[in-house]
Amino acid sequence: MTASALLQFLLTGITVGSAYALVALGFTLIYNATGIINFAQGEFVVLGGLLFFTFAEVLHWPLAVALAAAVIIVALIAVIVERLAIRPLMDHPVLSRIIITIGLSVILRGSAKLIWGVDAHSVRPFSGDASLMIGGAALQVQYLWVMGLTALAVIAVRLFFDKTITGKAMQACAINAEAARLVGISVPRMVQASFALSAGISALAGAVIAPVTFASYDAGIVLGVKGFCGAIIGGLGNGLGAVLGGVLVGVLENLGVGLAPTGFAGLQDAFAFLILLLVLFLRPQGLLSRQRTEGV
Amino acid sequence: MSLLLTLSGVNTFYDRLHVLKGASLHVNEGEIVALLGANGAGKTTTLRTVCGLLRPASGQVSFAGQSIVGRSPEALVRLGITQVPEGRQIFGPLSVQDNLLLGAYGRGRRAQRTEVPGDLARVFELFPVLAERRHERGGSLSGGQQQMLAMGRALMARPRLLLLDEPCLGLAPLVARQIMETIVALRAQGTTILLVEQNARAALRIADRGYVMETGKVVLEGTSEELVRNKDVRRAYLGKDYDEV
Repeated sequence: MTASALLQFLLTGITVGSAYALVALGFTLIYNATGIINFAQGEFVVLGGLLFFTFAEVLHWPLAVALAAAVIIVALIAVIVERLAIRPLMDHPVLSRIIITIGLSVILRGSAKLIWGVDAHSVRPFSGDASLMIGGAALQVQYLWVMGLTALAVIAVRLFFDKTITGKAMQACAINAEAARLVGISVPRMVQASFALSAGISALAGAVIAPVTFASYDAGIVLGVKGFCGAIIGGLGNGLGAVLGGVLVGVLENLGVGLAPTGFAGLQDAFAFLILLLVLFLRPQGLLSRQRTEGV
Repeated sequence: MSLLLTLSGVNTFYDRLHVLKGASLHVNEGEIVALLGANGAGKTTTLRTVCGLLRPASGQVSFAGQSIVGRSPEALVRLGITQVPEGRQIFGPLSVQDNLLLGAYGRGRRAQRTEVPGDLARVFELFPVLAERRHERGGSLSGGQQQMLAMGRALMARPRLLLLDEPCLGLAPLVARQIMETIVALRAQGTTILLVEQNARAALRIADRGYVMETGKVVLEGTSEELVRNKDVRRAYLGKDYDEV
């Protein structure tokens, strides 16, 4: 493979990986607050993409407004879902709540199918179809949007946790829920906030990646699984690890496709799992975690 | 002296285990009250019932004249009851300062800006070692320092009633004495204190009154002098032989 082709796969990989990174971060936020693996995470991504499609392409809202509206609405959906489906099971084993999220994913996917149909919807890139040529590889401007907004979102989340009292209170809930209650933090409210934040980030991923991959009602399974791989690879519960893990999955699966013999390119999705298996064999606690995370 | 906390005929269960069996006690405003008894007597359960972590099956718990049965711990913190839990339970990965700031979490946004900085300075004055290590992780502190952090965090809520569960457990004697002195200083500043302590001698030295619990009931109550003189207390909790008594 030529250097320029390698670069091309790398750029595509980082872009797709950025979206996975946001999904992985979404998994991590809910996991830390509740101990739940949210199997409806991919559906939040899809809803973000489809709502963005409706606002930007059908209603022709300005880009920023469409993006913000998609993110906020998905966050609200997550809040409602948490209130109706997760909170009533708060005293039940974590496994019951995880299984509920599988049911939620089916409901959300079915609703999306009813509203938007089975077709994949194309969304225009944020700022034209132009591409930059770098070392013989084409870099779509939309790729820069994906990477840039991902970086912004990751930094914003980081600042939220490090600098705001609400962010610290969320961490406190994850560290020791009982002690958090004893200083006056409402754990249910923090869980709700973590669902909103997690879903909002995932919706952002869905919206920015829509011009690259199309928006369709059933993309959530694959996106969710890739993001989940990223979260596990980074060490479940570790935010920075999740982001790196997500990018890594994107890069390696694209490089894998590029390096594989012709005819094996269709195995792109399998690469994510191959990487996951390798990490689980070699470093079961994930790349960044020092020890196995205990269920919170 | 006005009544601050009253428990009457409180029954509390852990699942189906009946732990508090009709416990009754009261704490007056401005007092230090010690809760004594062997392991499993129900001391910690009493505190957990008062602070809202456990809901009594029956009986009355009232604070400053109003019933608080069924209130959540976070609501009770706002009302003025803060517990320093057994085993400190600080937020290990967060910095010392963040632990303290979270102590004031329930006090609303305006207080965060206006009152909290001053309160933080007061806690640092009370425990200078916390000021020195304010940017270090809470989990990196020694046991005694973690106890100070747990108490400082509780004080950041400006409690009217501070519940202390075994604050000296596992601490070196010198540090334990320092903690006890701090409790006396806090009372002097107007905080009412309900203290659970295995070390009856140390607890009765600083307390005004005390209760002795056995198998979920209060079996004895009195002023600290009365309890120190009491034969049963001396034998069971102060380590005196039959001969001495």
